[in-house]
Amino acid sequence: MLEIEDVNLRDAAEEEVVSVSAIAVSGLVKDFGSGTRALDGLDLRVETGEVHGFLGPNGSGKTTTIRVLLGVLRADAGKVAVLDGDPWRDAVALHRRLAYVPGEVNLWPNLTGGEVIDLLADLRGGLDPVRREDLLERFKLDPTKKIRAYSKGNRQKVALVAAFASDVELYLLDEPTSGLDPLMEAVFQEVVQDLRAAGRSILLSSHILSEVEALCDRVTIIRAGRAAESGTFEELRHLTRTSVVVDTVRPIEAVTRWTGVHDAHVHDGHAEFSVDAGELNPVLQRLVGLQVRSMTTSPPTLEELFLRHYGEDGSTPDRTGSSGVVGSR
Amino acid sequence: MTGFTGTLRLVRLALRRDRIVLLAWILGMAGFLAATTALFDDNYTTHPELLGPDTQIVVENPGMRVLGLVTGASVGAYTLHRDALTLAVLAAMMSVLAVVRHTRQAEELGRQEMLAAGVVGRYASLTAAVIVALAADTGLAVMLGLAMAVTGQALAGSLVGGASIALVGVAFTGVAAVTSQLASTARGAIGFAGATLGVSFMFVALGNMLGTVDSAALRVSSAWPAWLSPIGWGQQMRPFADNLWWPVALGGIVTAMLFGLALVLIDRRDVGRGIWPERRGAAHASPALLSPTGLVWRLQRGVLLGWAIGMVGFGLIFGALSDRIQGLEGAATEWYETFGGDADLLGAYWASMMQIAGMAVAIYVVSLLLRLRHDEAQGTLEPLLGTAVSRLRWLGAYAANALVGATSLMLLYAAAMSLAGGQALGGTASLLGDLVGAALVQLPAIGVLGAAVVTVVMVLPRWSVGLSWLLVVFCVFVGPMFGPSLGLPSWLSDLSPFSRVPNAPAVAISYGPVLGLVVTSVVLGLAGALALRRRDLSLPA
Repeated sequence: MLEIEDVNLRDAAEEEVVSVSAIAVSGLVKDFGSGTRALDGLDLRVETGEVHGFLGPNGSGKTTTIRVLLGVLRADAGKVAVLDGDPWRDAVALHRRLAYVPGEVNLWPNLTGGEVIDLLADLRGGLDPVRREDLLERFKLDPTKKIRAYSKGNRQKVALVAAFASDVELYLLDEPTSGLDPLMEAVFQEVVQDLRAAGRSILLSSHILSEVEALCDRVTIIRAGRAAESGTFEELRHLTRTSVVVDTVRPIEAVTRWTGVHDAHVHDGHAEFSVDAGELNPVLQRLVGLQVRSMTTSPPTLEELFLRHYGEDGSTPDRTGSSGVVGSR
Repeated sequence: MTGFTGTLRLVRLALRRDRIVLLAWILGMAGFLAATTALFDDNYTTHPELLGPDTQIVVENPGMRVLGLVTGASVGAYTLHRDALTLAVLAAMMSVLAVVRHTRQAEELGRQEMLAAGVVGRYASLTAAVIVALAADTGLAVMLGLAMAVTGQALAGSLVGGASIALVGVAFTGVAAVTSQLASTARGAIGFAGATLGVSFMFVALGNMLGTVDSAALRVSSAWPAWLSPIGWGQQMRPFADNLWWPVALGGIVTAMLFGLALVLIDRRDVGRGIWPERRGAAHASPALLSPTGLVWRLQRGVLLGWAIGMVGFGLIFGALSDRIQGLEGAATEWYETFGGDADLLGAYWASMMQIAGMAVAIYVVSLLLRLRHDEAQGTLEPLLGTAVSRLRWLGAYAANALVGATSLMLLYAAAMSLAGGQALGGTASLLGDLVGAALVQLPAIGVLGAAVVTVVMVLPRWSVGLSWLLVVFCVFVGPMFGPSLGLPSWLSDLSPFSRVPNAPAVAISYGPVLGLVVTSVVLGLAGALALRRRDLSLPA
């Protein structure tokens, strides 16, 4: 189960939300037989009206999670609620209220883009023709071409237009911008911003950090079928190490042995190292004792944050005694 | 000749990719031929006095000549007559699929681009594909020959027999080389080659039925339409009698010409596109498309149209030949009596023609229902079920299309047969009612096979395609057309739903077995639906 030690931060964020969560998953387990455990006790919560980033390395279980949320796969254990319903039992009723863009867009090769958009939106319960035209215009998509004649990016656009042309409460987007050019990526971000302004909930699985940073209110990082981290960017940054470059008057060689200091390089009164967030204060106090001549600190970049989680040994950072652990195991 | 640079390397690549597939095709066909040869050999060793009369039936009866030619009384020739059409269709499909796999399909999937970026000539892929397909056909000829020889048939006749079937594969290697250039999709290239195969079959059937019979010599001289068909060229090799080899040259020349045409066409098109341009389509979906049933209809209507044309064509041919049946005497009449015909020879003829049509339409239904598996494996099911469409509604869409398709194909066939039959016999209007009844009574048997396929797809999705076709082959071969002449026990042939179809219009329709078939299909269909509701979908990763 997910341990949430930093309860105060969490509660403050949740007090403003009155309605139920758009997605509430706890302890989700999915086995594919023969010992393949795709999801191993996943927790995921997407509040109504939020854009929630869903990140993780390839094969960590993002697509499997979304397919469970869609009722295409059945949960083996755990609780899953989508729009307060059971995605397996109430699939049809729920699908009237949500739209889905698959990561790998497989459509019918001999239908045109326009036909596919109309078909999928209609089967979901209808589309807004004005919105459809507007989206076709913004994504610069020719609806008269057959699906097989589109490039990968254009097929992706067909799926995006088909989803966004429906006005629904929840959008499940599985790496929706793979194959889009930067201009179209910008259009995608605009559309998502519009939807957020209109109070829609969005689960956005993505590898593109700038996209996640620009759009998402909160993120969940999944690793090996479990939620490794979850929270706002501020919270996540708070958990990570700060880079320090410092020159001191007195010898600084001992820094390599200080608690919470990592990757230290010392050379002639000059030191570069990183510090765990929870150890920043004691380290600063000791630095003052060495008479700091000059010092720069930089917050961790998102890339560093994610690379740590995507890397082989990133799932359990060794931060014993730290006070700000959210969702780490 | 830089256009052919790299051909040998591509041949090696293709052989590496296809080594299992082609071997399976060849060994499967050889095994099938060996098994049936052994069965017939056993039968006629026990009852040698039957071989002459049985061959006479096949020679004299136009309905039996649809399946192929027999020249002279021999177990080998009789077996080949029984198996020839099946094997010829399989040889053609093996060759067509091999050629398309390494040409049009490689272009469609973008692999051709990777190859063309290397030191590879413009014609190399097609040439390599043709070489591999021809090599497979050669292997097939030898293995089929050996299959008959090891079961005790004359070696010379066996080898000619093997070659007569492989020759169909050779000819369709050339056909596929051309259709791969014309169509811009693999499905289109295969479909167009398949249509050519259908027309070839129609020509050879017509040519053999209209042929002149020499009963004493047990020999049929085919009429000219048979010579328009690659299937006909193989038959004219007359294995186990004349053992002619020169029709092989005829097939070879035509294939070489088709290959040359394909090379010319390659120069006139871009990689990834066919000679026939990709047309634009509607910007908006028509209201008829906006349901799962409408979607399935849209996806398979072209195939259904092709089938409809074929069923009408064969209905007209078989109907028009009704008057020839009326004049039959001797041994051929006995065969129809097994259909309960007694004095009503025409009724028995129509009943057997209806059963052939029922099995053909069952193949259409199975191929349609296997799209259920295709939807799931290719991932097009995911966006569909992502909307407010339930799994059962998706399944129902296919069931509805299968029912409507099968019913209309059978009705078209009955109508065409009645029309031509009525003309030939001097305007028998009542024929329509009889034949429509006989056509509709096939539907429950088709339904059982279709429902079984649904169950297989839902319970064993990964194995469903192979298992389904195995089921079709089983039901056809133990069924009424083949089971009795193979000397199979009745409990075995009764496993085929086709064995339970009343032989209308020869005998009155009894509703007991029909009801049994209907109940069986409903139970199987419900089992499939139940399995679908409970399991995960096996979508692409």
